[in-house]
Amino acid sequence: MIDLRMIIYAAVSVCWLVAPLFLGNYHTDVLNNIAIYALLGLSLNIILGYGGMFHMGHAAFFAIGAYATAIINTSYGIPVLWLLPLSGILAGVFALVVARPIIHLRGDYLLIVTIGMVEIVRIALVNNVFGLTGGANGIFGIASPTIFGHQINGIVNPKHYFYLLTAFLAFTITVFYLLEHSRFGRALKFLSSDSVAAEGSGIDTSGYKLAAFVIGAFWAGMVGNLYAGKITFISPESFSFWESVVMFMIVILGGAGSIPGVLLGAFLIIGLPEYFHGLQQYRLLIFGFALVAMMIFRPQGILPPKQHTYATDNASEKKVSS
Amino acid sequence: MSLLRVENVVKFFGGLMAVGDVSFDVPQGCVFGLIGPNGAGKTTVFNLITGNYNLDKGKILYKDEEITGMPTHRVVTRGIARTFQNIRLFSNMSVLENVLAGCHCRMSAGPISAMLRLPKQRAEERAAVARAIEELSFAGLEAQAGNLARNLSYGNQRLLEIARALASNPGLIILDEPAGGMNEYETTSLVNLIERIRKRGITIMLIEHDMSLVMRSCEHIVVLEHGRKIAEGIPSVIKSDPRVIEAYLGSDEDDI
Repeated sequence: MIDLRMIIYAAVSVCWLVAPLFLGNYHTDVLNNIAIYALLGLSLNIILGYGGMFHMGHAAFFAIGAYATAIINTSYGIPVLWLLPLSGILAGVFALVVARPIIHLRGDYLLIVTIGMVEIVRIALVNNVFGLTGGANGIFGIASPTIFGHQINGIVNPKHYFYLLTAFLAFTITVFYLLEHSRFGRALKFLSSDSVAAEGSGIDTSGYKLAAFVIGAFWAGMVGNLYAGKITFISPESFSFWESVVMFMIVILGGAGSIPGVLLGAFLIIGLPEYFHGLQQYRLLIFGFALVAMMIFRPQGILPPKQHTYATDNASEKKVSS
Repeated sequence: MSLLRVENVVKFFGGLMAVGDVSFDVPQGCVFGLIGPNGAGKTTVFNLITGNYNLDKGKILYKDEEITGMPTHRVVTRGIARTFQNIRLFSNMSVLENVLAGCHCRMSAGPISAMLRLPKQRAEERAAVARAIEELSFAGLEAQAGNLARNLSYGNQRLLEIARALASNPGLIILDEPAGGMNEYETTSLVNLIERIRKRGITIMLIEHDMSLVMRSCEHIVVLEHGRKIAEGIPSVIKSDPRVIEAYLGSDEDDI
């Protein structure tokens, strides 16, 4: 079983890597969008998937990363990729400040507050807060990222950008996989399973919830940086409440707490509609039906998380049976 | 020497006095029973000790240090572990993972060392898994390590809660009705387990309705009724205390 899964993952990875060689610029750009949303989904998955917190304002963190990059790059000319960590840190600090007072809220209450948060951020951007954000027009003329003097232009040459995004996606998947199967990842799963029992087992539940928010926001901020560098022009529209809903759906539809699930979710929700342009007008209708059907027949998502096996499990089983 | 000291503890729920001015000492190394009729406030006392509730008055000291009002996870880190009356396991996670939850507070690796998979973090993970397996063997559950917690029998789920609590390396373990829902055979092995826990040098505090278990296991008993302490002593004294008999069976005057 595990071998079969590994073969499928390997095959999908190879297809993904060679796909731009066979696709035109337009369809490669669709893949870039899938990669961006996969990254956003993975970062939201820390909060929503492992931590079980209904957070529907993830676009706010994404926006802060993108705007930080845009403002600093256009004003001071600092290269976009250099701003990658800073974008993450700013989004993380924002999450720390904003999530701190709301972290104890449960389920739907948290949901409502986070919706409020993303709306406030969007409105602040539209109203040109501190005269930095360019109001409803947004910010033009963000430089493309450069690696060793080689410019990676997301508009002219999406294939180059594809490999930049894929590299970051691969890094993210690896790091989040390690995180999922660590003391930190387990603590989040414990507290989302039963927070009273988690606290009673010695886990600082509110501290871990906050840490999940900060890590998720940090990553979303970095994705914001790559997004700004890709399209070189950002406006508040790109960070609306709807964007948060899309990220939320990617995680829930694919399988909350499951990295392959989130990747599949991003492909289905961002990719499929692009490839079925003919159905444009029915798109949301089909979408709605698909989601309703999912919630009824497979509430855990298409690819729910698999049970993790620990190295010593087998050893102890053998000992018992012999 | 007393390991845990509860001093004049008072807890109100709205206008209802759940615990009124209760004091007792739990000596180091003993099996301590807290009994009383339903609604006497036993679980509330446990919840006050472990910081699940905040007390309105009074003091709680563990190893002569005040733990009053401390958040639960810090109480656990100090060395007081507990089980729950209505079993609270992480039901969709494996038995082993449930015990790893108990190991959590004795580990230190943070998210960054996990993301970088530092050698120290890996060594700590291995040690925690080994420790968890040890605790499972101690509770007789090692064969179930890979199963989901919710697939265990009721009695085994109670044992798993104890194993999880033991994994946090406690000085005091608080068991809330450990024999609830257990059959005769399971209860007997529980009595054995309690004895083995005591031999490890861990002090045990338990609430139990099964009087035969209480009388067999406990060396010191406190009886609560309507949130007040009505008796305290060794089992043989408690058994013949008229106030205790009255609390459990009702007095003649109640019938009139």
